[in-house]
Amino acid sequence: MTPNIAPAEPRQTPGLAPIPPVATRPIVEVKSVSKTYAGGVEALSGISLDFPEGRLTTLLGPSGCGKTTLLKIIAGLIPASGGQVFVDGREVKGPGPERAFVFQDFALMPWASVIRNVAFGLELRGIAHGEREAIAERHIARVGLKGFERKYPHELSGGMRQRVGLARALAVDAKVVLMDEPFSAVDEQTRRKFQEELLELVANEGKSFIFVTHSIEEAVYVSDRIALLSRRPSRVSAIIEPKIVRGGDPEKIRRDSAYLDVVEDIWQQLKHYLD
Amino acid sequence: MQISDLASALPARREPPASYWRDALIHPLVLRLVSFAAVLALWEYAGRIPLSPAFPTFLETMGGLGAIIADGTLYKAFLITLHPLVIGLAVSVLLGVALGVLMGLHEPSEWLIAPVFVIAQAAPLAALIPILTFAYGIGLTAKIMTVCIMAMPVIVLNTLGAVRNTPKSLLEMSRSFLASRSQSIRLVILPAASPMIFAGLRLGCAAAFIGVILAELLITPTGIGDVISYNQSVADYPKMYAAILAIIVFSVLFIELLERIELTLFRPESRA
Ligand SMILES: Nc1ncnc2c1ncn2[C@@H]1O[C@H](COP(=O)(O)OP(=O)(O)OP(=O)(O)O)[C@@H](O)[C@H]1O
Ligand SMILES: [Mg+2]
Repeated sequence: MTPNIAPAEPRQTPGLAPIPPVATRPIVEVKSVSKTYAGGVEALSGISLDFPEGRLTTLLGPSGCGKTTLLKIIAGLIPASGGQVFVDGREVKGPGPERAFVFQDFALMPWASVIRNVAFGLELRGIAHGEREAIAERHIARVGLKGFERKYPHELSGGMRQRVGLARALAVDAKVVLMDEPFSAVDEQTRRKFQEELLELVANEGKSFIFVTHSIEEAVYVSDRIALLSRRPSRVSAIIEPKIVRGGDPEKIRRDSAYLDVVEDIWQQLKHYLD
Repeated sequence: MQISDLASALPARREPPASYWRDALIHPLVLRLVSFAAVLALWEYAGRIPLSPAFPTFLETMGGLGAIIADGTLYKAFLITLHPLVIGLAVSVLLGVALGVLMGLHEPSEWLIAPVFVIAQAAPLAALIPILTFAYGIGLTAKIMTVCIMAMPVIVLNTLGAVRNTPKSLLEMSRSFLASRSQSIRLVILPAASPMIFAGLRLGCAAAFIGVILAELLITPTGIGDVISYNQSVADYPKMYAAILAIIVFSVLFIELLERIELTLFRPESRA
């Protein structure tokens, strides 16, 4: 094990490289959450996990291990069977204004234009038409879709639709952005571009991001912290903090030996879950 | 410079004639007209064989149509027929959509109400008309009821299915952005359901036309039903077929209009 990899409970582990002070406060705390679905499928069994504020934390684990389940429990979209989730110190009872979700399948309304989709969260909060369109316009421009405000989802490519979903989540100005495999439906070039943009968002927005991905490289590249989940019923098998030095040439980072080592380490751990 | 030189100087501007004609021929409008013309020609031919002395040719029927338009018979008949049709259809649409939405949103009410409509949709409802006559007499009420029992099941069941089929991810999305129940219904469920609801309305309208003509033929002859049965009894077949043709054309146009209304009012994305 490299010094980057620590057992599940980082706070109980002396010798762990300390997280910078700004991140010490957990914005989301998951406390022994378990979930058994109606059919008897036990998806999560007593997961405990902290998400540092202002950082991007990734949930990484084998397919079907319960990443989406955990994310939706944090979002308040499905109830946990046991345990508690705290966001910003308050217990989660349902969806809340301090959390916004980016859906894997975009979940755009096909009958609504881009601007209406982006402004939807604001519309639901009763913000006046002019004001919410102005806010939405800003976020549309921000995700690089200026000029597409009056288009409809079916006129956009998959990558553009995903940007609409992201703009919608940003428009409600939530503290915590939950993203379920947001880049899985786009090609590799777009994906890398999105990763850069995501890093920029994390650096500039002061928001906390919880990110789900299948890709080890992506997780290591974008995350401040990675929670490695075991197979169903899942627990946290390791917490990894890649500590990539940002701001350099992306190509160089991807060839950097520290980056490659972390990728390799995670691969070694996940390999056990292959049959 | 000669015309031929000009043409060869600009080869890209010239449509290759063969493909131009092929494109024109498979144009939807052309194909539709061809389809109409074929049916009418077949009709004309069958009338001339003649298939039966009671089957006029297309041109004779057009003559009959001219006659019943000119003497005002058709116009008066339509006004009478429209009366139970419009009332029955309005009731079916409003009540049908409301019931469908209610059942779609609230499962116990589905168990309570849906079986009636499932049975009604499968049953040969025309067989109920004698019972309706027994219960409501031979007046307007029985005719309105006939329109309703024909039109309502398909409207109700389509609306129910439409509401039930709201994409789960959109419901989750609206909940995650803090939609109240009523906002979810108004802003997500109904818009998502509207294409299928309208499909049900179109089928319902077609069924309503069947219902009103059945009522006018089987209960008491009034309106278009009267024109049909009277001309049949006096063996004026061109006029009889003209009345049948008129109601069919009217029904098609009406349903077409409904589709236009749907597209302009409810489906902005389809125009983009
Ligand atoms: N609504 C449900 N009812 C019953 N079982 C479910 C339901 N949703 C998910 N599951 C089961 O729970 C387990 C975890 O599912 P989940 O979608 O959270 O996995 P995941 O880690 O997101 O997988 P993937 O990486 O493939 O997206 C799976 O075995 C799945 O079959
Ligand atoms: Mg998933």
